[in-house]
Amino acid sequence: MRFKGKVFKYGDNVDTDVIIPARYLNSSDPEELATHCMEDLDSSFTERVEKGDIIVAGKNFGSGSSREHAPLAIKTAGISCVIAESFARIFYRNAINIGLPILISKEAAVNIEEGTCLEVDLEQGTIKDLDHNQTYTAEPFPEFMQEIIKAGGLIEKIKGEVGR
Amino acid sequence: MGTGKTIVEKIIGAHAGKEVEAGDIVIAELDFMMGQDGTSPLAINALKEMEVEKLYDPWKVAMVIDHSAPSPLEGVSALHDMMRKFAKEQGVKLYDIGCGVCHQLMPEQGHVVPGNLVVGADSHTCTYGAINAFATGVGSTDLAAAMASGKLWFKVPETIKFVLKGKLPIGVFSKDVILFLIGQVTADGATYKAVEFTGPVIDDLSVEARFTISNMAIEMGGKAGLMEADEKTIRWVKEHSNKPFTPVKADPDAVYEKVLEYDLSDLVPQVAKPHTVDNVAPIDEVMGTPIQQAVLGTCTNGRLEDLRIAAAILKGKKVNPDVRFIVAPASKEIYLKAMNEGTIQTLVEAGAAVVTPGCGPCVGTHNGVPSDGENVISTANRNFKGRMGNGKAFIYLGSPATVAASAIEGKIADPRNYLTEGDSQWS
Repeated sequence: MRFKGKVFKYGDNVDTDVIIPARYLNSSDPEELATHCMEDLDSSFTERVEKGDIIVAGKNFGSGSSREHAPLAIKTAGISCVIAESFARIFYRNAINIGLPILISKEAAVNIEEGTCLEVDLEQGTIKDLDHNQTYTAEPFPEFMQEIIKAGGLIEKIKGEVGR
Repeated sequence: MGTGKTIVEKIIGAHAGKEVEAGDIVIAELDFMMGQDGTSPLAINALKEMEVEKLYDPWKVAMVIDHSAPSPLEGVSALHDMMRKFAKEQGVKLYDIGCGVCHQLMPEQGHVVPGNLVVGADSHTCTYGAINAFATGVGSTDLAAAMASGKLWFKVPETIKFVLKGKLPIGVFSKDVILFLIGQVTADGATYKAVEFTGPVIDDLSVEARFTISNMAIEMGGKAGLMEADEKTIRWVKEHSNKPFTPVKADPDAVYEKVLEYDLSDLVPQVAKPHTVDNVAPIDEVMGTPIQQAVLGTCTNGRLEDLRIAAAILKGKKVNPDVRFIVAPASKEIYLKAMNEGTIQTLVEAGAAVVTPGCGPCVGTHNGVPSDGENVISTANRNFKGRMGNGKAFIYLGSPATVAASAIEGKIADPRNYLTEGDSQWS
């Protein structure tokens, strides 16, 4: 999978309460959730975001609640992938399970600037900064997780295997 | 290098049917799984998408309506309705509005016992580590997979061990301990790791007070916040559950990622300032900050002894007229006990507004959303921007004693001025 988009840059500890505040969890409709994505951190995010855009953030992205609405809201808002220095554990699992691509690269997280145009190759784990002609390499996922990612998420992976 | 095992390696190994060590990825059998009203609807949808008609074992599943209970909105009512129908169809235990917070109910109602492996679709599922269970938060799709198969995959985490020495001074509580530790290691200091809490400070605490510490392991990124089971634990668990259990101890030569020792004999009350939980300060740094709302309750500090310590401070006194004091008992059982012994009466006479047992105003869906620019002091576990429903409010976190003292003064106050030697039974 390859993505191309412009960067929305955020700092450390972007928590699930700013990604999607609980006051909007009165709906489990991804489209509805996406209209409030990042609202308390970046009020113009939903107006500016375009399909394929990429979030680049610092440490501990997605910390806090276990709400899967968070990666779901980001994905449905049009974000193609999230690159961070590190992810909070539950967000990391949730993103893989629902098929929101995530990449870990400290170098990319530190150096890439807001508004930059990026090209990401998920299989290769490469992040290309097209504006500054720089390439970064992300940490590879363990094989077990790559299988879930390849299947398009946990639902697709276990569909038909259990509970019939 | 030793060859001994940590608590988490032993519990996951026992449920995976083989010896494991940190770093291994395994599929393990689950003893229990839980979802709340924020996360269960997505799990129910995921089960449909997985084309699962019957759960692996409905007896191992509970759902709790606590985050928005009773429903404040039509949309939430529809989600609650979906949960009630699902629970009935599948034969799953449902705790409806007023029963309490999921993390109080799971141990209190006997669903979780030492040595168990438990997942919950709520990040504070790590609470049950206090009774020696490996319990961790997952998302809705993971919960769906778990309900469908009775199993889930885990990466066996490394463990950070805290050795807490000394004796807590009067007016300093388990909440102050965990806030202090989070301040020390920061919000991602234990990400992907399990945490073990040990030492004389833990031994001295009641089981209720220990839950407060394990509850907040996630606020340092921890996957679990484990303690060994001592006599107090075993007595408490037997009072609440008739499930058989075997406590799990770490081996003396267990391999830890690191061991951190603190002597807490001189610890002072701690407060987490807005907008991150690791933004911790000693009480004298924040004392005097005006507050407009004080909150006592939640899965962190809504237990009987939390209500009692607040009542001891508030007895015969009045909440400041410029403060709204909101109390949410963590469960119906706690509410009834607090009512029968007069604790609720003391709190209400002092000026408390008691709301339905459950999450209360903690998560911003109802029961006390602050206004723009207001300061809140709360016994909850998170102070993120917007957490309580308004991104322009400021949340400070402290112990029940700090919240009660602050409610009286209308500004953040030192609870040690309100407590004497006789109150040390709560520490």
